[in-house]
Amino acid sequence: MNKPIRTISVAFLVLFLALMANVTYLQYWRADSLGDDGRNRRAVDAAFSQPRGAILVGREPVAESVPSDDRFEYQRTYSQPLAYAHVTGWYNYFNAQSGACSTCQRRIEQTQDDLLSGDDDRLFVTRLVDLLSGETSEGGNVALTLDPAAQRAAFDGLRAVLGPEGQGAVVALEPRTGKVLAMVSLPTFDPNRLASHDLTEVSAAGDEFDADPAQPLLNRAIQTTLPPGSTFKVVTAAAAIENGLYEEGDDVPGGPTFQLPQTTGDTGLIDNQGRSCGATTVSFTQAMANSCNTTFARLAIEVGAERMREQAELFGFNQQYFEDLLPQATSRFPEEANEPQTGQTGIGQFDVAATPLQMAMVVAGIANGGTVMKPYLVDEVQSPEFEQIEQTDPEALSDAVSSSTASQLTDLLVATVDEGTASPAAIPGVQVAGKTGTAQSGQDDVPPYAWFVSFAPADDPEVAVAVMIQEAPGIERGEIAGGLLGGPIAKAIMEAVINR
Amino acid sequence: MSGVSQTTGNPILGFVHRRRRGAELFLLVLALAVGIGAYAAVGVGVEGAVPTDLIGYGGWLAALVVGAHVVVRLVAPYADPVLLPVVAALNGLGLAVIHRLDLTEDTGFAAQQLVWMTIGVGLFVGTLVLLRDHRVLTRFTYTSGLAAIVLLLMPMLPLIGNEVRGARIWVRLGPVGMQPGEVAKVLLVIAFAGYLVLHRDALALAGRRLLLVDLPRGRDLGPILGMWLISLGILVFQRDLGSSLLFFGLFLFMLYVATERAGWLVVGGGLFLGGALVAWQLFSHVQTRVNVWLNPFDYYGPGTNDTAFQPVEATFGMAWGGLLGRGFGGGDPGRVPFAESDFIMAAIGEELGLTGMMAVLVLYGLIVERGLRAALISRDGFGKLLATGLASVFALQVFVVIGGVTGLIPLTGLTTPFLSYGGSSLVANWVIIALLLRVSDLARRPVPELTAADDAGDQDTQVIRVAR
Repeated sequence: MNKPIRTISVAFLVLFLALMANVTYLQYWRADSLGDDGRNRRAVDAAFSQPRGAILVGREPVAESVPSDDRFEYQRTYSQPLAYAHVTGWYNYFNAQSGACSTCQRRIEQTQDDLLSGDDDRLFVTRLVDLLSGETSEGGNVALTLDPAAQRAAFDGLRAVLGPEGQGAVVALEPRTGKVLAMVSLPTFDPNRLASHDLTEVSAAGDEFDADPAQPLLNRAIQTTLPPGSTFKVVTAAAAIENGLYEEGDDVPGGPTFQLPQTTGDTGLIDNQGRSCGATTVSFTQAMANSCNTTFARLAIEVGAERMREQAELFGFNQQYFEDLLPQATSRFPEEANEPQTGQTGIGQFDVAATPLQMAMVVAGIANGGTVMKPYLVDEVQSPEFEQIEQTDPEALSDAVSSSTASQLTDLLVATVDEGTASPAAIPGVQVAGKTGTAQSGQDDVPPYAWFVSFAPADDPEVAVAVMIQEAPGIERGEIAGGLLGGPIAKAIMEAVINR
Repeated sequence: MSGVSQTTGNPILGFVHRRRRGAELFLLVLALAVGIGAYAAVGVGVEGAVPTDLIGYGGWLAALVVGAHVVVRLVAPYADPVLLPVVAALNGLGLAVIHRLDLTEDTGFAAQQLVWMTIGVGLFVGTLVLLRDHRVLTRFTYTSGLAAIVLLLMPMLPLIGNEVRGARIWVRLGPVGMQPGEVAKVLLVIAFAGYLVLHRDALALAGRRLLLVDLPRGRDLGPILGMWLISLGILVFQRDLGSSLLFFGLFLFMLYVATERAGWLVVGGGLFLGGALVAWQLFSHVQTRVNVWLNPFDYYGPGTNDTAFQPVEATFGMAWGGLLGRGFGGGDPGRVPFAESDFIMAAIGEELGLTGMMAVLVLYGLIVERGLRAALISRDGFGKLLATGLASVFALQVFVVIGGVTGLIPLTGLTTPFLSYGGSSLVANWVIIALLLRVSDLARRPVPELTAADDAGDQDTQVIRVAR
């Protein structure tokens, strides 16, 4: 009977080897992927119990983990929730669960998750030290480019105009580097409510925000594209000068009305709403200062659809360029346009749509001698002990216009503030360049959108601003104008940066 | 008996096995270090301090194990020296893990399990003391078989039968519950061994050859068909996939060893596959098990009925343990329902890691290997079949339950020998070890005078004839 006993010994050996191989596969090879599974409560609980690094603005944390005495060890708290909500985002149990979700809204809490949670390879040495010394691993800190004074001015200014219900956004950039100095979107929300350990409360708050027709979770600074209206005339002017058609001292076509080619009647008739734009021609300076529609519609047709689009794309239209908050809406300039449509693009209508960030980049590019810098929000990443690990290097996105064109455009925009429509942004003793915009929404029941773009000081720009007002409840339709509503906000932000 | 006649001419018989009791004692000290160390580690890991009852607990464990060792030394001096330490280590580890789960789940299973272990060791000692020669058991071939069938039927009876988690394998008499299947498996091995040692010649020699395989005669198929029906009955009526597989596989392996004919494996394997296929076609609970095994994540989480909650949580837990484990108190093994019984390996995988799993698997492998070694060197056919059967029970049970928990095969409800919480299983397994020690003791003992051996053989044969 020994032969079959030996045979089944071998059979049992095979069974045991199969068990061992399977266990090894499960606990070694599959361990990582199972640990990343959003349904794995152990991994989620563990991640959620870790102290996360802080999100810093200046030296102050706007998001930090504080010890908590409930079932998770740390509570994520946001010290200035309303002003920074759209930048920081929030971190809660469901975020921890969804892991690297590619379709979700991802703010700094998510785009910098590896670093904040301490999983980033750049923190490897720290992790190793923690492991050897037996200390709890902590996450690194993220310092933002935001300027606390500028952000405060932007939030307070926009809130004062819009009230708690209004919709709008503000972006301020440092032209030299592309640093985002301020980014505010209204209406806003309290991320603390979404970071609660009471998951029922979190779900209720989430449902409430989702159901709100004003969409408070939407970051309008990067996720809403609207027709930029007259602020787009800066791009039209840039295309005209850059292509050698006109210079700042030249007279440009003007006149009280302009019938778009191939059109008849009111629909194709462009006027200047009573602003003085000469009989047939007007100086370039006056055309910009008075925001002459007749001028810029004709300039766009003279430049041509193709070169208009090339100029817009050099400023960033039809591209994605911002990585620190996801997703973003792509600002649009139409791929194809006939003559009358091209005329309309020249004054920021037809299919032109831009985010506030995009319009800020247009003026920042001009302020920076024609070079558009890639915007960024993460200034540096730090170890848990606040030692700098890596600083973001500014990066040029494109050379949108030559420095000569940029300086001519600056002169035009300074004149617009000094003696034109953009006067509400004037700061005594400082040269400010700016442009207003009031864009038709294209729908009868939706009031026009008010825009304002500016930068200062004009000779050595420190800050470029774009203000967008989508809906301002309580303000009469006739009073909606970029200069009146947006100018003072832009002024406050520029002052905050210049006086720091 | 052919076994005896073969071995008498074997020159290896001149070799005399050493008793190796000192080695056993040394290994037992190591095993105690595992059991008591694990208990202390649980206290430190979960509660942050060495348990206050460590000395009492450790003393009790040591007394049990050393007591067993002393009895082995007295009544089975040539018994295999590795089996007892391996079992002591597994039992000690199981107690520690159950205690660890008690601490977070607020249950009191470990104390209960220690009582069962005490009873188990008592029966182990009783078996060794009363059963000085395993061949005595051949007298009880049919009694054992009958008792096993009665035990297997008991859960089906009204009043005392009890359905737990969909499987009807429990008997409840007042406050005391037991799983008679655990006891039945020992009795079945005894019955099979007794039956096969008598009928092996008929089963082995008659038959025809077909396609290179010797197939048995139709009229000899009776026993295998009977066993097949019993297994299917367990599967269908008690919904106990694991026991069904265990009993039928056990019978098949013993039949193969007794007859040395692979044809039985072909016939039996075919029957089992056929039966399993039909059961899969006919019964929804079998289909559910297979589906959950193939796509566990489809049956887990919101929007599903969470049928796979237990296996998926176990999978997550073991993956969470990784290579070295989270350490006692570092994981969350309580998330797996019934972690202290069927899914104790998941708790071990989570907190002791792949390393702990491998160690446990190697310990089980050692038990099987030692059992089969006893079968190989045993000088009588009954001893060979008994040891083979007991080792097979172990190997199959470990494969079925650990394979199920780790997702290698569909999940079935079986206890993990010596680790799982559960009295019937623990006590039955201690008896199995006692029987294996008895077989190995007789096998390793110096050969008595040849004439005496022949006499013993004749007496045995006569006794069985009388019994028939």
